Amino acid sequence: MTLENNAEILKVENLRAYYQMNYFGVSREVRAVDDITVTMRKNEVYGIAGESSSGKTSFIKVLAAAIRPPLKVVSGTAKYSFSTGPIDVAHASPAEIEAVRWKHLSYIMQGSMSVLNPVRRIGRTFQDFAQRPLGLKDKAFEDRVVAHLARLKLPPDVLRAYPHELSGGMRQRVTIGLATVCHPEFIIADEPTTALDVVVQKEVLGLIRDIQKEMGASVVFVTHDMSVHANVADRVGIIYAGRLVEEGPTREMFFAPKHPYTAHLVASLPRIGDTQQRPALEGRPPNLADPPQGCRFHPRCPLAVDICKKEVPPMEVVGPDHRTACWRWKDVEPLVNVAKPAGVMA
Amino acid sequence: MTTLLDVRDVSKRFTMGGLLSHKVVEAVSDANLSLNVGTPEIFTIIGESGSGKTTLARMILGLELPTSGEISFRGKTVSHRVSRQERLDFMANVQPVFQNPFEAFNPLKRIDRYLEATAARFLKLKQRDDLDAAMDGALQKVGLSLAEVRGRYPHEMSGGQLQRAAIARALIPNPPLLVADEPVSMVDASLRMSIVNLLKSLRDDLGVSVIYITHDLATAYYISNRLIIMQRGRIVEMGDARTVLDNPEHPYSRLLKASVLSTEDAGDGKLGTDPGMVKLAGELVGKAGRLVDRPDGRMVRVY
Amino acid sequence: MFAVLRDLIRYNIEFAIGLILVAIVVIFAALSYVSPVDPTLIYVAVPDQPPSAQYWFGTNSRGQDLFWQLSAAFRNSLIFGITVAVLSRIISIAVGLASGYIGGWVDRVLMFINDIFVAVPIFPILVLFYFVLRNNLDSFTLALIMACFGWPFDARLIRSVALGLKHREFTRHAVFAGMSTRKVLLEEHLPYVMPIVFSTFMNNMLWSIGLEVTLAVLGFTNLNNPTIGTVLYWANSHSAMVVGVWWWLAIPVVLIVMTFLGLFLLAISMNEYIDPRSRLRRMGA
Repeated sequence: MTLENNAEILKVENLRAYYQMNYFGVSREVRAVDDITVTMRKNEVYGIAGESSSGKTSFIKVLAAAIRPPLKVVSGTAKYSFSTGPIDVAHASPAEIEAVRWKHLSYIMQGSMSVLNPVRRIGRTFQDFAQRPLGLKDKAFEDRVVAHLARLKLPPDVLRAYPHELSGGMRQRVTIGLATVCHPEFIIADEPTTALDVVVQKEVLGLIRDIQKEMGASVVFVTHDMSVHANVADRVGIIYAGRLVEEGPTREMFFAPKHPYTAHLVASLPRIGDTQQRPALEGRPPNLADPPQGCRFHPRCPLAVDICKKEVPPMEVVGPDHRTACWRWKDVEPLVNVAKPAGVMA
Repeated sequence: MTTLLDVRDVSKRFTMGGLLSHKVVEAVSDANLSLNVGTPEIFTIIGESGSGKTTLARMILGLELPTSGEISFRGKTVSHRVSRQERLDFMANVQPVFQNPFEAFNPLKRIDRYLEATAARFLKLKQRDDLDAAMDGALQKVGLSLAEVRGRYPHEMSGGQLQRAAIARALIPNPPLLVADEPVSMVDASLRMSIVNLLKSLRDDLGVSVIYITHDLATAYYISNRLIIMQRGRIVEMGDARTVLDNPEHPYSRLLKASVLSTEDAGDGKLGTDPGMVKLAGELVGKAGRLVDRPDGRMVRVY
Repeated sequence: MFAVLRDLIRYNIEFAIGLILVAIVVIFAALSYVSPVDPTLIYVAVPDQPPSAQYWFGTNSRGQDLFWQLSAAFRNSLIFGITVAVLSRIISIAVGLASGYIGGWVDRVLMFINDIFVAVPIFPILVLFYFVLRNNLDSFTLALIMACFGWPFDARLIRSVALGLKHREFTRHAVFAGMSTRKVLLEEHLPYVMPIVFSTFMNNMLWSIGLEVTLAVLGFTNLNNPTIGTVLYWANSHSAMVVGVWWWLAIPVVLIVMTFLGLFLLAISMNEYIDPRSRLRRMGA
């Protein structure tokens, strides 16, 4: 049973995941993911933007079914609809997760160095990860891997190399190949290009996009770099302090955002050819063990008013496929300092 | 002496391998640059990994000695082994800002220790009040205060704040030159601009020159006076920042500019770089060529 | 502080058991300070009495109350062990940190000396010292000599940690902040070395007490000074087991096992607490 395009592949509902630490006389609860509801579709690239300590890494850990103490899912669900049936990774058993891992759900992590075992040849790493899910014998498996690597423009003798013999860009391409060789339906990419040079980054992003289109897979692309989202994502979701604050099509998000935080993220990007003073946001992201009352962005928000300090703004639909959680979303427009191109909704 | 820093024909060679096999890596080849005292400026070194920019920065800071060539600071050569006192004098004039603020501070210790040690050593202060005043003064320059920073551990602050504290520490001895090695690449995109704006104000308001090392052309465009672009150890283009980045001439510079991701086509980005451009830039690696002047004031390497 | 102890006891069974065992032994040894009898005198009590209400641990063939004898013995041995451990920690930290950080010829010279001490067999040397000094070989001198042999292995361990720390960014940062070498080593690097220092402290105590026992049992120390080893020596020389005075050997052995086990358990359980990574997690990093 395959899904139609634009059908849902992941439905996260009211997910709360906290870090609960209680040892050596210290007791702390960090509310890393605090009530996130989001839906992702088949054959789309969904970008997740957020600063470090915004909770996005913890969110990704839940999506990747890598929930280990002290991280604990306190409430909510994260249901995938794979071709073999639905699975709620927030509550699934290890056996169920093992059945979907790598074959339907895979990930590309930051820092290819940590994924590739430095004392094992690339070919062996491929065997370790992908041979069992694919269920192929050695020769058939190797043919499949070589064909897949060719798509990534990697020569077959990469399989016989050790990780340190390859350049950073090649290693990251190997990591992408590793994650996609089983043709998964859902790929989680966590800052895959952050450590790479500018030239290599563009190449790797192009590869990820091409592979995604070819396989019709869904990709969740997590990075704090908005210019990457501009070029890769179909839709973007902004996470701030454990909550989703805005979500919409990429073009809308960049030219007509409806949340002050998004507006700031977009406005602060430097561009070549423009020496206009760029604004900087004051303050720092809140401590997730003790977040502010009401809207968590209010201490740093230029538009904050009384209600923002007391009550959490609900998610409102503000356009086609576009929703935001801000009491004053109608007043955000002047904060955006780029001219709107034609076709973008006001 | 009107020259602040003079780097002349500096090269650095690393030999790798043991007795039987021998590999020589030329990290930096014939680098030349100079900064003047009277004109505080932000001098940017742009390059990717393997370009030698970090090695060059380390040589300027005195952490490595050049294999050939000479580096002099205020007319005095610093590219040889020096005594402890000379080293301290040098450090009072040239301070670094490191790339990873979370690594630059010992995670087990409070961050004001570094500020205090700098004030005690370079300003020769001993009294508690004098030390506090010096630390607070420097912190105010970067938009923080001693009350905010006192007693804090690195993990209690954001990357942006930590980096600002690191810059404050570097400013305590009132150095005329700061060497900032990728100071914003590990800081979140939303906090980056506050640091970049800070570097700008250091030049404009405090008259401090900064050697800014980065791979990000957009921030380089935004704040630099002059810049050099390095490819595999060689300077390929050098000159005024706007002139070079508006119209890069060397194939590698053009490749860099073409690879920058822009937000103009948000939602519809073109991710393919012209393969001809890539090939042309790649072929030039390792070829020596020579630097020639151009009428608009820049220097380009031609072959 | 107490919250930490309470959590350690609650969640870490090794720590709890170790703490209880060591506490018993330490209290027992501390009692010797209020001992009503002088443990160096002999034939002050009726010899060869089994444990009873009057003599809790009985008496030995030399007419000494075994309870107070052992109390003094354990006190002397524990103090001896601590002395050796502290002295050798000081040397190994100094050598390890300096050698790893400074490098160059300092490193080469120190490691050369280190390797000599590792290679030299300690037991014959100790016996040699005994024959030269005879009764002048008191506890403290012996402790000094053992400390000189107890540092090499640990110095190398500490050196390897120091080598790694030398290349971290905060070390370079500290240098540019004008910190002197001594300050960098003691304030920046020492906390990372503490887990090794702590667990090797315990090891060192056990090793030195064990070595002292070996020397004493063979008769190579001042036998009038009550220590664990000398008690065993006298028990042996009076053929305690054969004669039937089993309490003279059994009770010390039980106490020794308790001491060693307790110290060992404490060492391995405290390690997790002291480890910098777990400290960072507790601080909230």
